[in-house]
Amino acid sequence: MSPLDETTDAVVATGVGKVFPAGNVTALEGVDLVVRSGEFVSLIGPSGCGKSTLLRLIADLDAPTSGTLTVFGKSAEKARIDQDYGIAFQQAGLLPWRTVSANIELPLELHGVGKAARKQRSAELLSLVGLTDFADRFPDQLSGGMQQRIAIARALAEQPSLLLMDEPFGALDEMTRERMQTELSNICAETGAAVVFVTHSIPEAVFLSDRVVVMSPRPGRIETVLSMDLGSASERAESLREDTAFFEMVTAVREALHQGAPARGVDDR
Amino acid sequence: MTALDAPPALRRRRSPRVALTRIGIGALGILAIAAIWELYKAFGPADGVVIGDSRILPRTSDLAMPHIVDMVSRLFEPVTRADGSPPLWLEVSGAAAVTLGIAAVGWVVGLIVGVALALVMVRSRLAESSLLPWIVLSQTVPLIAFAPVVRSWGSKIEIGAFEWQDWMSVAVIASYLAFFPVAIGALRGLQSPDAIHTELMRSYAAGWWATLVKLRFPASVPYLLPALRLAAANAVVGAIVAEVSTGLRGGIGRMIVQYAGQASGDPAKSWGPIFGAIVLGLVAAGSVALIGGTLGNYRRAEVNS
Ligand SMILES: Nc1ncnc2c1ncn2[C@@H]1O[C@H](COP(=O)(O)OP(=O)(O)OP(=O)(O)O)[C@@H](O)[C@H]1O
Ligand SMILES: [Mg+2]
Repeated sequence: MSPLDETTDAVVATGVGKVFPAGNVTALEGVDLVVRSGEFVSLIGPSGCGKSTLLRLIADLDAPTSGTLTVFGKSAEKARIDQDYGIAFQQAGLLPWRTVSANIELPLELHGVGKAARKQRSAELLSLVGLTDFADRFPDQLSGGMQQRIAIARALAEQPSLLLMDEPFGALDEMTRERMQTELSNICAETGAAVVFVTHSIPEAVFLSDRVVVMSPRPGRIETVLSMDLGSASERAESLREDTAFFEMVTAVREALHQGAPARGVDDR
Repeated sequence: MTALDAPPALRRRRSPRVALTRIGIGALGILAIAAIWELYKAFGPADGVVIGDSRILPRTSDLAMPHIVDMVSRLFEPVTRADGSPPLWLEVSGAAAVTLGIAAVGWVVGLIVGVALALVMVRSRLAESSLLPWIVLSQTVPLIAFAPVVRSWGSKIEIGAFEWQDWMSVAVIASYLAFFPVAIGALRGLQSPDAIHTELMRSYAAGWWATLVKLRFPASVPYLLPALRLAAANAVVGAIVAEVSTGLRGGIGRMIVQYAGQASGDPAKSWGPIFGAIVLGLVAAGSVALIGGTLGNYRRAEVNS
């Protein structure tokens, strides 16, 4: 938890519900959640419990049907228009006709940042994700893991104070995945951004998060919220994965998950 | 239509060797057609093949099927026996250039109209469902019936110093055939971006225009290029047919009809403008391919991690 400029909470959800008119699906019901500024919060739960839906509500890609949601004290729409968040999906979603650096510069370009400033920023971000040599390549010349790193760099382009990530490492192999987790952890320590992170992997949630939000299946509700007392992001290193405290937390999250329902779709990797 | 319904061919970079092979295959195709022509002429029944009342294969006489050599060499002989008559190929090229110019104007107009219609349809669902059936229906109007009407309407237009020219009627008809594939291709292309990309643009608070310029237009390129090629071929066909049916002089359409009338005396000559029309179509399609070559990066295969 970053104690810095803790002026406003990043996300405050009060009694948020979402009913999809198509098929009358209640995806979320009575969700109360506070994500403090600079805090890393993971959402975990069985498939279809509404994790992506909650993230999309925060991103104002969809609107809640009940309850209220504020992002940095404003409506989610205002926060989107003010570009308070950066988002990364399960798929990288790079534009295939743009080079790697042009992809990272896309949000800057859309918001009228000058050419020189854009170049400088994309160079910074490329070195942050370790892909400086690939600036002029096209997405189809990169591996899936590299593309995902570019997508994360793109999400960071405007130095958002909130990062929204929906299973960004879902398509990666275990090795790359762990390396990316460490990288993300470092990035968060550096930028001090709050993160809402959707994942299916318990160890991933434990390794990255300050708090893990365990959700129950339909209608999606918050089952429990577990604090991970594993030190701040900057202190977390690879060695943490072999720490007893880490395993205890993994067990705690697993038990919380299995309490709700048979945890379909959640793997214990 | 079917060509447009299929997902766009996403091009991979071609090596020069592949390009050479393709040219070789093309040349082989032409040789094969020439061989079939001459073989049929040599061994086919003199009276052609007739089933019922209709002849499904032509007579093999020199009048109906001149030798390839005669047709080609005729191109280098003077048009008429009069003194100072230019060689046939020059006359044909001149007429083809006139038609190409008119077809190009029709193509550009068709491109503008087609893209404009696609934009309106992308902008509003209502516009799409009300316009699209009419656009499809427009192509069922027989061109032959339509051409004289355009010409007589055109002749009534006179705005200040501007006076409607007959070639403009032909260009309008060419554009009438050209706009259709563009409208359909552009519509499909502009609608092609995935939800992940449109939502990304929404997350950037990008408006409709910004989304159009940064996402929808670039994404439509692989759909638009085959549509433009089809539009070029349509514009050429439309221009030739319209020249014939409006009686416009100077173009290749008129020349085909005129020389066909003289075929009994000089059968090889009437094939000159027909070759001209074929080359014309190739030049038109080739020019569009050149445009496509400059847009290679917009045709990269979409890869999902
Ligand atoms: N646009 C939609 N229209 C109708 N129902 C929807 C829509 N989007 C999601 N749902 C439903 O809402 C529920 C929650 O979906 P959501 O995608 O949020 O689940 P999730 O927790 O992200 O699942 P997963 O872990 O598999 O990604 C599901 O039952 C789904 O069928
Ligand atoms: Mg999901």
